[in-house]
Amino acid sequence: MDQTAFIINTLLPALWGGLVVTLGLIAFTAPFGVLIGAGVAVGRVYGSRPVQYLARAYVTFFKGTPLLLLLFILYFGLPSIGISLSPFVASVLGFIFCNSAYDSEYIRGSIRSIKEGQFTAGLALGMARTQVIRYVILPQALRRSIPGLVNEFVYLIKYSSLAYMVTVVELTGAGKMIATRYFTYNETFLVVGLVYLFLVTITTIGAHLLERRVAIPG
Amino acid sequence: MTTDDTILRVEGLAKSFGTTEVLKEVSFTVRKGETKVFIGPSGTGKSTLLRCINQLIVPDAGRVYLHGEEVTHAGARINHYRAKIGMVFQNFNLFDHLTAIRNVEIALLKVKGMKEDEAREKALFELRRVGMEDRADHYPAQLSGGQAQRVSIARALAMDPDVMLFDEPTSALDPELTGEVLEVIRGLARAGMTMLIVTHEMRFALSIADELLFMEHGTILERGAPGDLATSPTFERTRQFTGRFADL
Repeated sequence: MDQTAFIINTLLPALWGGLVVTLGLIAFTAPFGVLIGAGVAVGRVYGSRPVQYLARAYVTFFKGTPLLLLLFILYFGLPSIGISLSPFVASVLGFIFCNSAYDSEYIRGSIRSIKEGQFTAGLALGMARTQVIRYVILPQALRRSIPGLVNEFVYLIKYSSLAYMVTVVELTGAGKMIATRYFTYNETFLVVGLVYLFLVTITTIGAHLLERRVAIPG
Repeated sequence: MTTDDTILRVEGLAKSFGTTEVLKEVSFTVRKGETKVFIGPSGTGKSTLLRCINQLIVPDAGRVYLHGEEVTHAGARINHYRAKIGMVFQNFNLFDHLTAIRNVEIALLKVKGMKEDEAREKALFELRRVGMEDRADHYPAQLSGGQAQRVSIARALAMDPDVMLFDEPTSALDPELTGEVLEVIRGLARAGMTMLIVTHEMRFALSIADELLFMEHGTILERGAPGDLATSPTFERTRQFTGRFADL
């Protein structure tokens, strides 16, 4: 069989479906990862003692366990206690836990880097602590976190392939099925790899533009 | 005792950090339109005193009253009182991600609940008052120290405070930039603003103060009108201190 014809007529259409699923996994994970990550970071820096411990436990737990293990528990383990998740939902949940734990570390570092005086000034104006965090601290901390968050996003693009281990047919899974059926491992995974590389490249360019756009002048 | 034009009353404020007593039983009353200037060596509790007034530092003992209402032990209402007590910091503490005008607007929007255009108008008015309207769209990093401090004064003024606290407003500035900031503060005094000022600028202190308070070791050691400095025997220690300044 002609390789080019195989790639165009068979491989790419099959991978397209997988790519859509991969993009779906990323799209559902990333926003919640940042959102929860920011919440956990704020909890660790500004929370009461119990909140601080809770936030720290969250980060330690999800940073410290293999993501694959987490997915296995969420998909294969939870049904035994009566919680059945679809493969897609189980994967997204696992990714959110992992992504947010790492995101929170970047955001926490950025929060710490903002001069204490701005917090004091916000309070002196009569703002509540939550207002200072929301309107003064986080807008600056999130900007400073962009390089780190993009790093995590890039990891997410690639580790989203782990969803295949809990039966989600995403990009890698779709590739695996084609490769096995037609015995075309090299061609298939080379193309799959290029697709990931393309996604990462687009992300990097987009991140660069975003960083420039939100940079604080001066 | 308390007269009708008393704005701020401070009674027996005390604060220790560990075993260091930073404030010991400090009391005074501030009348409307009055300018009190606190002078004295560094580390004698002047900044701590200002921060205890708006509860940025919670005092160990003593009470603060604004218009007769207790600010200490105010609980959640503390934000309400802080909004009425303007504060200007040594390091300006502008919000780095906001333009000058947004710095002035933000508390109007979030604390006072003003509408956008109302807040914008008020912020422009205050920037004009400190001569900074032409820099309204500049970010803090694009401003000189003197300009940044003038914006921070506008930010505090925008809240229409009953009293303004200045914590060494020119200490972080190059000598040639202090003048523009002191001029703004002088203007406020002329306009009848009630102010507490901590400063090391002796000439400025002498010229602007209605009352000069000399602090040392956490207490008000001597106090009186600047005019009494040369003549009153009670100003012995203050004269020594200011004399040292004159020598420099």
